[in-house]
Amino acid sequence: MNERRASLWQIGTVFAVTLGCVLCIHSAVSFPSQASAKEELLRVAGESGRRGGRIVIALRSEPKTLNPLIAADGTSREVISAMQADLVHINRATQLTEPALAKSWKISADGLRYTLTLRQGLKFSDGHPLDMEDVLFTFRVYLDEAVHATQRDLLIIDGKPITVRKVDAQTVVFQLAKPYGVGERMFDGWAILPRHLLETAYKEGKLAQSGALGTAANQWAGLGAFRLKEYVAGQRLVLERNPYYWKTDEQGSRLPYLDEIVFLIVPSADAQVLRFQSGETDMISRLGAENFSVLSRQARDYTMTDAGPGLEYNFLFFNLNELGEKAPAEIARKQSWFRAEKFRQAVSQAIDREAIVRLVYQGRGAALWGPVTPGNPRWANAAIAHAGRSLDKSRQLLAEAGFRLISAENGESRLVDADGKPVEFSIITSASNADRAKMAALIQDDLKQLGMRVQVVPLELRSLIDRVTQTKEYDACVLGITSYDADPNPELNVWLSNGDMHLWNPSQKHPATDWEAEIDRLMEQQLTATNTAQRKKLYDRVQEILSEHQPMIFLASPDILVGAKRSIGNFHPAVLEPYVLWNVEQLYQRNGAENARR
Amino acid sequence: MSTRSRLLLCVAVLAALHLGVACAGFFAPYDPAAQDREHPYAPPMRLHFVDGQGGLHLRPFFYAQALRSGSFDAYEENRTRAIPVKFFISGAPYRVLGVLPLRMHLFGGDVPVYLLGSDGYGRDLLSRVLFGGQVSLLAGLIGAGLTLSIGLCIGAAAGFWGGWKDEALMRVAELFLALPWIYLLFAMRAFLPLAVPPLKAFLLVIMVIGAVGWARPARMVRGIVLSAKERDFVRAARGFGASGGYLLRQHILPETASVVLTQAAILVPQFVLAEMTLSFLGLGVPEPVPSWGNMLASLQHYNVLVSYWWMYLPALAMVPFFLGYLVLASLLQGSRGTSKIGEVFGGV
Repeated sequence: MNERRASLWQIGTVFAVTLGCVLCIHSAVSFPSQASAKEELLRVAGESGRRGGRIVIALRSEPKTLNPLIAADGTSREVISAMQADLVHINRATQLTEPALAKSWKISADGLRYTLTLRQGLKFSDGHPLDMEDVLFTFRVYLDEAVHATQRDLLIIDGKPITVRKVDAQTVVFQLAKPYGVGERMFDGWAILPRHLLETAYKEGKLAQSGALGTAANQWAGLGAFRLKEYVAGQRLVLERNPYYWKTDEQGSRLPYLDEIVFLIVPSADAQVLRFQSGETDMISRLGAENFSVLSRQARDYTMTDAGPGLEYNFLFFNLNELGEKAPAEIARKQSWFRAEKFRQAVSQAIDREAIVRLVYQGRGAALWGPVTPGNPRWANAAIAHAGRSLDKSRQLLAEAGFRLISAENGESRLVDADGKPVEFSIITSASNADRAKMAALIQDDLKQLGMRVQVVPLELRSLIDRVTQTKEYDACVLGITSYDADPNPELNVWLSNGDMHLWNPSQKHPATDWEAEIDRLMEQQLTATNTAQRKKLYDRVQEILSEHQPMIFLASPDILVGAKRSIGNFHPAVLEPYVLWNVEQLYQRNGAENARR
Repeated sequence: MSTRSRLLLCVAVLAALHLGVACAGFFAPYDPAAQDREHPYAPPMRLHFVDGQGGLHLRPFFYAQALRSGSFDAYEENRTRAIPVKFFISGAPYRVLGVLPLRMHLFGGDVPVYLLGSDGYGRDLLSRVLFGGQVSLLAGLIGAGLTLSIGLCIGAAAGFWGGWKDEALMRVAELFLALPWIYLLFAMRAFLPLAVPPLKAFLLVIMVIGAVGWARPARMVRGIVLSAKERDFVRAARGFGASGGYLLRQHILPETASVVLTQAAILVPQFVLAEMTLSFLGLGVPEPVPSWGNMLASLQHYNVLVSYWWMYLPALAMVPFFLGYLVLASLLQGSRGTSKIGEVFGGV
């Protein structure tokens, strides 16, 4: 009897709990559909769209993680940008800052104190309210060395970390050791993390493991326009509308418009083109120029857009690592050529950059003589000489460096060094990137005319990166970098001699050359200079040094080429990443257009 | 037509084709690696005999092509000026069969002439097909030669001696038959230094092709040797005190000639195809040295596949060669048994 009563009681409890849950869920779903009085939502300008529908877009590779702390690869960042939000955001179209989770900010006159005011009544995508503790937690985690956050260095100014202090429930103060050149732009990209979900993992030291792709949808939340719905390994990642998102359109209806975004994992560029062409995907970005013209020629129900020059710069660099005594004699001999500045200048002078733009990018790109592309006019040093191709100058430079031409038995002339050894080396390039392989083939032919024998070796990207950064077994390499902001600061680890992306000689303990030491100094200075004109002057000098010493021989920069179905509203591609998804909350499907098939 | 005259015709056609490829430098108007950056993906030019006014020209002529303004792969003909084809002109240096240096080319023009079009770097496709044929065919011929010599030696040894030697050799042959050779090559490539010069890469390809293919001919040769060594005339010779070497040389191996020749005719195209596969996958000779395989590799890109039909032409180039070899093989096979090879080729 007792047992029976107990079980009835249990049933009753279960029923009550279930009912409670249903009510909870019901209120959770119905509540945010109209903005409550307490919520301070951000109204964004732009064409008003239609609610519902979904878009399908292909990703070149599977995202490595959903965790913004450790995301380093482009696809992870692209996915995360739709799921997370920052305090102050850089508008990808205007490249200016605008309020995000912080509705306003104040910078003290000495440039050392930033006071940010948080919006009221915001909620994470799981309905949990956002408060100041989340913000404090976020920056504590990013600054914790044990976490190894990828962007941690940007919060260390003059060797001292930024301190974060709560003033009241809505106000937070960031105290800097020295003024920070970028100003409020520094807050872009720091996703505010849900303390309620991550604190336990953080205390256990397992934060880096959280946010893996297999994470259950209810165990992951953010403040972005979309939240995790489903992940099928190797196939797709589905995000659904975040019902608590904090932006509205001009009419006051809550964004985002779309119900879902489906990311398909389509590893090859050609397969992406085919999927887009057959209507399986709605948008396509990171297109090569040749595929762009194929799609443009056959355009039917989609529009193709050349958004203009982007921030990707491609370059050739030589192995300038100090390999010590263990280095084989052959590599040491080659390095003695590569170390000669005149040799590098001669190579640069011999490269036909215009041909690269025409043959590789079909004219949809720009030749480069420095790391700052025409897509970033604000930071480019206009004084850098755009030296045209001149084989005569190259030959002269090589002669000055002690190289000479001899004629080989087959009638070809060959370049030999001072010891009479023929100049032969190989250029490694990523096999999956057809553009760079083509650049390398053009360079091979250019250098043949100087009498150099060059071989092009396409390698799988991972083994290429491994050779460049770990084993250092290579002669020369063609690679590209895409900055994710127009500002020079995200490039710090490329230019600082101790940076791990200082490709020609990464992670040096002391700068190997005087000019690298000078770049270090200039980059540190521009970090703390408050006035933009002064920063520009310092960065101009960095560009001058790079152009003079040619540690990287800059080649060309492609335009941002994208496409979308005509049915996608508010499609305004930007030259900053993510090119087509930067305004994902405003994208919509026009007049109930048929959704792309899954 | 008798078998013999058919065979002769087939051999003559094949010889002519090979001669054309061997003298690629003469028939090709340009150096196969020379880039013409003003003319990427130029379509094949048409040779004309009748001009715009209806006038007939005995000497063929063509119109110069230039990129349409604003485009990077669409060309238009400049019909205002007819450019006559010139014969026996001096151009890029080359060596006939790798020895005789020459500059004379069969044809050319005052402006670049691309009879089969050009590739993405503006390299003449005709020149590349001809020079590429040298690499691909040579790989096939040397590979087949190597395979057959190894196969002949091992097959004869196994068949002649029999016993445990036969067992051992045949088990090894089966092992080689079961080897996935493409993965073997991947593995071998991984052990080599990063950059392999074209000649080394070429030798490696031949070595792998030759080393892996010997098992099948060896088994066939062994079968013939097994039956031949029991024939009466062989036994008689043995009875007269002939040595093993003499028997093999004089009586047994000649019996295998027809099989070996048939095998050769089958193996050459097979090995040409193997070289093409390897180069297509980027494991063969490296750019800019052409081979039929690495020329077709550009078709791995979707835009090339749908935009430039003339990039398929290297695939067509192998058709007459393969056809020739396979017809030869079937003729040889047909004549096998009825007559000895010596009789078939008696008059050649």
